Amino acid sequence: MTFKCTDAFTMNSWLTIGPVSRVSSASKSAPYRTTLLEANIAAWREADGQVTAEADGASALVESHYGYLWVCPSGRPARPIFDFPEYAEAGRRIVDCDGIGVAVSHPRMIENFLDMGHFPYVHAHYLGTIPNTEVVPYEVKHDEVADELWADDCKFYQPKTSNSATQGLQVEYKYRVMQSASAMLYKTAFTRPDLMDAIGLFVQPHSEEHITAYCLLAYIDDTSSINDLLSFQHTIFGQDKPILENQIPRRMPLYPGAEIPTRCDAMSTAYRRWLLDKDVTYGTVRSAEAA
Amino acid sequence: MKLYDYELSGNCYKIRLFCALLGLDIQRLPVNFYPGKEHKSEKFLAEINPMGQLPVIDDDGFILRDAQAILVYLAERYDRTGVWWPSSPEARGLIQTWLSFSDDLTRTASAARLHDALGYTEIDVHAARKGAHKLLRYLDDHLAVRHFNGSPWLHGGSPSIADIACFPYVALAPEGGISLDEYPDIRQWIWDVRSLPRFVGMGGIMAIDIGQDN
Ligand SMILES: N[C@@H](CCC(=O)N[C@@H](CS)C(=O)NCC(=O)O)C(=O)O
Ligand SMILES: [Fe+2]
Repeated sequence: MTFKCTDAFTMNSWLTIGPVSRVSSASKSAPYRTTLLEANIAAWREADGQVTAEADGASALVESHYGYLWVCPSGRPARPIFDFPEYAEAGRRIVDCDGIGVAVSHPRMIENFLDMGHFPYVHAHYLGTIPNTEVVPYEVKHDEVADELWADDCKFYQPKTSNSATQGLQVEYKYRVMQSASAMLYKTAFTRPDLMDAIGLFVQPHSEEHITAYCLLAYIDDTSSINDLLSFQHTIFGQDKPILENQIPRRMPLYPGAEIPTRCDAMSTAYRRWLLDKDVTYGTVRSAEAA
Repeated sequence: MKLYDYELSGNCYKIRLFCALLGLDIQRLPVNFYPGKEHKSEKFLAEINPMGQLPVIDDDGFILRDAQAILVYLAERYDRTGVWWPSSPEARGLIQTWLSFSDDLTRTASAARLHDALGYTEIDVHAARKGAHKLLRYLDDHLAVRHFNGSPWLHGGSPSIADIACFPYVALAPEGGISLDEYPDIRQWIWDVRSLPRFVGMGGIMAIDIGQDN
């Protein structure tokens, strides 16, 4: 076993190893090197354009989707890669913000992404503002066919919702968890309030406590420059990073009586329950003794 | 004044912070430092900084690179109080030692953070962390003496550009896997800098008073 992971759900899912551009000048003798679930990954593009990946020297199942490389550690994917129709939708701008390394587990990273409660504190003057701290209750749905979690009718007042925003706005959000390490959100596009910008968060777990978090934008915004969009996204992410890295323990506690998300958020709770249902252990703490 | 800027760069933040403290307006020009490496593009090297680094300012056509050089320039030109860059030869000499020290922090603490956060896998992170701890030990000892003598600041009785130059990569050190637990006087100093009137934070360094929007 090359991957240091025993839960079948994580092993049978698609985990990113980074943007496809990483292999654009990689070869078998000088591959793109990274780590996934503590295994050493080497990936490169063959002469025929196909991408090949190895995990600790053994052949690994790899596919390219949405500008990213995805590995299924077990080689037996439970399902095909999730749908991301906005990626190919006419009129959207695709901006790859690339990845930032964070010393935290992947469940903690995804949960932070799903939690609106932290906006006014961590992203003050951007995604929220004191005293407008209330998260209006919303419903979480389980899409049984795709096995995804959806929260459709979230709302939050944001002083500066995006780079193009010139004033505060009551922003509508949709959240979506596609896999234990991949999530998306859709939010009102400031320049076209009838449409929604889409942001994908793809997390690469290097180990149980170290990840790279990649952000991919499929934006309606046609007024901001790429540099402005990147700068906004990295600003927001930079604000989250120390908060994530100060969480103790770094892995997500998942056992009866474990910490309840502080500003208890329905989507965070649903995500935790979903991880429990799937028996995900990687990146989690499963008993009080282990915590 | 324009600043060629990247939000997550501690060296760019030095300039944003100092301008905020002085009450100076700057126009931030975001450079695609990551992932685009725009600071290494031919255009950037030819027109803005042949060293391929941020920050750079353009003050009405006067282009200046290097964070410490920019702090000196801004203090000379815009600080009417004279406290940020006092004029005595001794003060200037001593403050200059901290400006140089801050570049050593860039080479160590910042390098470790680039390794951990922005995928600079070619950096020897163990050497960078070790180097950073050596500097932090020295800084903590210096601040302990300063605190004992009643001053919260690196030099003199008021904050100077020495504090501004050293602050960002010390405060961001934990992002490079460098804990500040063993440095109580550094932690006090970080708190004091964050408490300065008109202080602004960056991604990774929060202002103490996040305030309310009107
Ligand atoms: N001595 C310079 C160092 C600046 C520096 O290292 N800047 C970083 C960004 S924080 C950079 O541009 N690095 C790219 C490189 O050095 O190649 C200063 O203080 O401005
Ligand atoms: Fe956040």
